Amino acid sequence: MRSKTKNKDRTLIPRVKMPELAPEIRVKHQDREVNMGLAPEQAQTEATRCMDCANPTCIEGCPVSINIPKFIKYIEKGEVLNAAATLKETNALPAVCGRVCPQEKQCEARCFYVDKLGKDAVAIGHLERFAADFERNSGVANIPETAKPNGIKVATVGSGPSSLSFAGDMVKYGYDVTVFEALHEIGGVLKYGIPEFRLPNSVVDFELENLRKMGVKFQTNFIVGRTASFDDLKEEGYKGFFIGSGAGLPRFMEIPGENYNGILSSNEYLTRVNLMGASTSNTDTPVLKGKNVAVIGGGNTAMDSVRTALRLGAERAIIIYRRSEAEMPARIEEVKHAKEEGVEFMTLCNPLEYFADEKGRVNRMRLNRMGLGEPDASGRRRPMPIEGSEFELDVNLVVVAVGVSPNPLVPSCLPDLKVTKWGTIVVDEDKMQSSMPDMFAGGDIVRGGATVILAMGDGRKAAENMHQFLQNKSNI
Amino acid sequence: MNKIIAKEYFSDKVVKLVVENPLIAKSRKPGNFVMLRIGEEGERFPLTIAGADPVQGTITLVVQIMGVSSSKLVALEVGESITDLVGPLGKPTHIVKIGTVLACGGGVGVAPLLPIVEAFKKAGNRVLTVIAARNKDLIILEDEIRKWSDEVIVMTDDGSYGRQGLITAGMEEIIQREKVDECIVIGPAVMMKFASILTKKYNIPTQASLNSIMVDGTGMCGACRVTVDGKTRFTCVDGPEFDAHLVDFDEMLMRLGGYTQEEKKATEIYSQKL
Repeated sequence: MRSKTKNKDRTLIPRVKMPELAPEIRVKHQDREVNMGLAPEQAQTEATRCMDCANPTCIEGCPVSINIPKFIKYIEKGEVLNAAATLKETNALPAVCGRVCPQEKQCEARCFYVDKLGKDAVAIGHLERFAADFERNSGVANIPETAKPNGIKVATVGSGPSSLSFAGDMVKYGYDVTVFEALHEIGGVLKYGIPEFRLPNSVVDFELENLRKMGVKFQTNFIVGRTASFDDLKEEGYKGFFIGSGAGLPRFMEIPGENYNGILSSNEYLTRVNLMGASTSNTDTPVLKGKNVAVIGGGNTAMDSVRTALRLGAERAIIIYRRSEAEMPARIEEVKHAKEEGVEFMTLCNPLEYFADEKGRVNRMRLNRMGLGEPDASGRRRPMPIEGSEFELDVNLVVVAVGVSPNPLVPSCLPDLKVTKWGTIVVDEDKMQSSMPDMFAGGDIVRGGATVILAMGDGRKAAENMHQFLQNKSNI
Repeated sequence: MNKIIAKEYFSDKVVKLVVENPLIAKSRKPGNFVMLRIGEEGERFPLTIAGADPVQGTITLVVQIMGVSSSKLVALEVGESITDLVGPLGKPTHIVKIGTVLACGGGVGVAPLLPIVEAFKKAGNRVLTVIAARNKDLIILEDEIRKWSDEVIVMTDDGSYGRQGLITAGMEEIIQREKVDECIVIGPAVMMKFASILTKKYNIPTQASLNSIMVDGTGMCGACRVTVDGKTRFTCVDGPEFDAHLVDFDEMLMRLGGYTQEEKKATEIYSQKL
């Protein structure tokens, strides 16, 4: 492929623009994707830009080490199903990553175009999504090869991205894998956290079906440590556990009035809408709606929450963030989409107190303005309240999206498991092995609230090392 | 799994269901609850486990018909299954041999009280129980409660059964003549609030089992948050039982009303559909 087109000509092609659903249309629909996907000609042209570098630095930027040039060159050749198969060699959920990864911080940040030419990166994320969607729509799903079953049982606690990635690799090694999930649906944040307009649940279900076809077993409504204990499962023959129970513990600001009705954690708000379908009229779970909605926070979860509020009919949907826009952790693309949709950004503002009507429903909040001082431990400039700058805002729905902490349920069932003071599980970072040799862990339960792709990288690392650990044990 | 094995109407509003779930039957302790869902469109909601038979592999739930979800659950016939059922959730009741325990159950709260009464009795305590309801029809499990109690007082608001009056009247009578070492209250939130005010007057340590609104039940969302001793706690993982004297019941009652409009509308639509 390298000789087919001269590199010079490749670099003259501008980066493709992802077709986007118009803002006026998309704010009326919770379930219509904003990014509509590349057309085949667009994908092929974009794939031509990739120069198939002898030393592909892009792969170094990928937490799951996808062979990026290989899959892109298949797209250029027109062999898209082979591109999808390449993705599945290392990534159990390519349609997911192609949509939600912060490629601009990962693979694309390491692209030759950015590094050496000062130009826009190859649109690796858009191409990954293209290949995965193509395969799904073709009806011909490639099932990656799995080794001969070795009869050794392993279990995951949780069914989010880290566990799914772990399961996908372990089943390839030949293990008998069961994914245990406390909720009634598989997928963790993929289902309850990320909205339909960014990651449709049907896309997630398709990837899950592939894992089923590879032999991964799923058990919902099962809390490991409660429904049955770890010892019970060991008695049933499970030899290794991967704890991927996530950071499903909401954080509140603990300011006056925060327990009034109409003030929800982002976990509650998004779970009602994304997992329980509360935005549709034919499901039983309700969700509170507001005319004036304030979302506190500046990350991707805050963006998801505020854009959901718009779609649920808010007249004003406001982001309240204590630092400036430059410091917001949310993906630039999400901020851009939010602004196009009419989200207001009140940066350098911080909530102080909430007020409610006689029934206890929030109706107003008090905030003050912030200035930025010297950088704090995170490296970002520290927000400092400006004296005398207090003001009030009418709100009747508030979503608190200031971060999440590790869910304590599983660690509380394992008193010997070493955890940090924040509740994250302590692991050997090279192996993802915890203080208990047959327990590995990864994802948000180790990192605190992070990303889908980092969780998946952890799952892969844990699988590789648990495989070593169990093979060594059986060889003794 | 999750099949209804037996169904019994205590009254036209209160139903006992025996459900097949060997894992929960084995691992559950008094005070634990489960989260249920009826149908793929159903919401998740909690019910305290009223009993279990590990040998048969069943758990017992007692439900009062209030709105859509409780109606859907009660509409299931023997042989049909609950769509989703998970547990055991919550911290179990702390059972100790302490001396004399005053157990107070209001309405359908008597169902989860029963296994706790049994456990306290088996632990060697003197157990004095007051059960109360609006009228005779709503008094449940009296014989079972009597089996595990040294004394039982029955109160009804309208005097149609037992003595006339609120649960607090029965409690006060016992407190006046016995030295009570610990109290446990389970029932409607407003009942628990006033029961707690009473025992606080007499400095009797009291545990209340809160019935907050829940969505996931595993500590993930904060919908069930309550203020206990000035700090925010989650009913589903820190509770459901808390030191009653430290619970902000007024805030809890306010939060219980957070979806009243939506509940009313949903119930209207559901009854029209039937």
